[in-house]
Amino acid sequence: MDARTDRGTGNSLLGGMDEPVVRFENVGMRYGVGPEVLSDISFTIAPHSFQFLTGPSGAGKTTLLRLILLSVRPSRGLVSVFGEEVSGISSGALTSLRRRMGVVFQDFRLLDHLTTYENVALPLRVQGRAETSYRAEVVELLRWVGLGERMHVLPPLLSGGEKQRAAIARALIARPELLLADEPTGNVDPQLGRRLLRLFVELNRLGTSVLIATHDFALMDLVDARRFVLGNNRLRIEG
Amino acid sequence: MSDGATLARGKRREAPAADLPPTLRRNAPLVPTDTSAGRALAAVIAILTFLAALCAGGAEIVATSAAQWQGSVAQEVTIQVRPSPGRDTDADVAKAAALASATPGIAATRPFTKAESERLLEPWLGTGLDLGDLPVPRLITVRLGSGTPDLGDLRRRLAESLPGVASLDDHALWLSRLSTMANTVVGVGVAIVGLVLVATGLAVTFATRGAMAGNREVVEVLHFVGADADFIAREFQRRFFRLGLRGGAIGAAAALAVIGAGGALARVWRAGPAGDEIEALFGGFAIGWRGYASVVLIGVIASVVTAVVSRLTVRRFLD
Repeated sequence: MDARTDRGTGNSLLGGMDEPVVRFENVGMRYGVGPEVLSDISFTIAPHSFQFLTGPSGAGKTTLLRLILLSVRPSRGLVSVFGEEVSGISSGALTSLRRRMGVVFQDFRLLDHLTTYENVALPLRVQGRAETSYRAEVVELLRWVGLGERMHVLPPLLSGGEKQRAAIARALIARPELLLADEPTGNVDPQLGRRLLRLFVELNRLGTSVLIATHDFALMDLVDARRFVLGNNRLRIEG
Repeated sequence: MSDGATLARGKRREAPAADLPPTLRRNAPLVPTDTSAGRALAAVIAILTFLAALCAGGAEIVATSAAQWQGSVAQEVTIQVRPSPGRDTDADVAKAAALASATPGIAATRPFTKAESERLLEPWLGTGLDLGDLPVPRLITVRLGSGTPDLGDLRRRLAESLPGVASLDDHALWLSRLSTMANTVVGVGVAIVGLVLVATGLAVTFATRGAMAGNREVVEVLHFVGADADFIAREFQRRFFRLGLRGGAIGAAAALAVIGAGGALARVWRAGPAGDEIEALFGGFAIGWRGYASVVLIGVIASVVTAVVSRLTVRRFLD
């Protein structure tokens, strides 16, 4: 699989005319008064690009994803998402930025009192769309990720792999411009992992920028894409 | 099937409903409703609504009874004729009654005989006493007609014709005290209803904070999937409005049942030996359409207070 757009420069196929989807400049991040968990992080994610984020456990992958997701603010440096500098961003602008992102959490974060169908439909529902207007999309995506027979089931009754697929479907359903995935294949067998990865690549071909945090080198080897490697609180870009 | 085709096609086509299992739940509330905390809050709202509705019903009964008393008392005035040495009291009574009857707007006069006047004292002095030597005042009840008789003129003519002997009592002092008492009871009732609604608001505030804390993950996920604070506040408001409506309806229905049962008991008791006293105190123990409307309104207000307070609490929490 080749998911590259122009991975060497991080620019899109439009020759760098597009604004980066994400831009970090000398970003540092600490929790409270503790030491910095991320230091001097600088990178860009170009439109339509595909990249992996890797590094040992505790290296700060999840923190980096949370910074992009705007659920935490950097201690220093500049973070810009979809061209908007996020310090002092209004809650309305924050919501509209988040609607352009899809996220797969490592712990899935499905709502236990909603059916699989309702969980996957959630990003469309919060946009105020009528249920009939998105029913087909949700059903088709659920069938594609192999949950067609499980759409009426509540998450506590799903297996780990099924939860993973439901979480991925929820992240994809609104066709986000940027997909963030934290260990999205961690709970599925290699075959399904490859299938899900193919889904991410197809989504990328349709124009979505993708950032996948993973430990799985075998998975990364399947796609010729840039790798952001975190270690010693710093980021190194490979490829 | 191509993945891209799957993703692209999903945006265009709407699936017929038959594609989904008929039992599939598709639009459940985003904030869990049927929790023990939710049921407890509904119970608290039901109890508070019940108490507020009873207060309102009680105030309404007092106000209605007071209005009835005032109406019946205001329809009558009394002329008192005092016996004086050297005067023919019966002649004075007849003269005073004639003066009253001649006044326009007076429907009827009824002089009390000496025996009747003495009988009025029996509750205080007991029976079997010879009151013949006592100067017992004589009373004339004057029933007012539909017009508005000039009582000032009647009072003046009584003073001119029977100076120091006859006086007119239009019960103004008693009516004023009755009115003050009724207004006080109604005011206390309204204050209690207000306090109960404030207590409802406070209970909902704490319950909402608890619900927000208990649903922190739900709120976080809703944020991440692109819900704005207004959407989340609306979801909580909808949940609490339902709880408030349930509690308010139960409380109001219980209050109506108690008032209805009270009315039925009052009807039974009225047939008994203490019936007159009960009727004098509570009238018909009926709250009328205005009372029923107040009770229902309190139930609705409790629900609306619940919804508004929960929304404000969520907005403050999220901001």
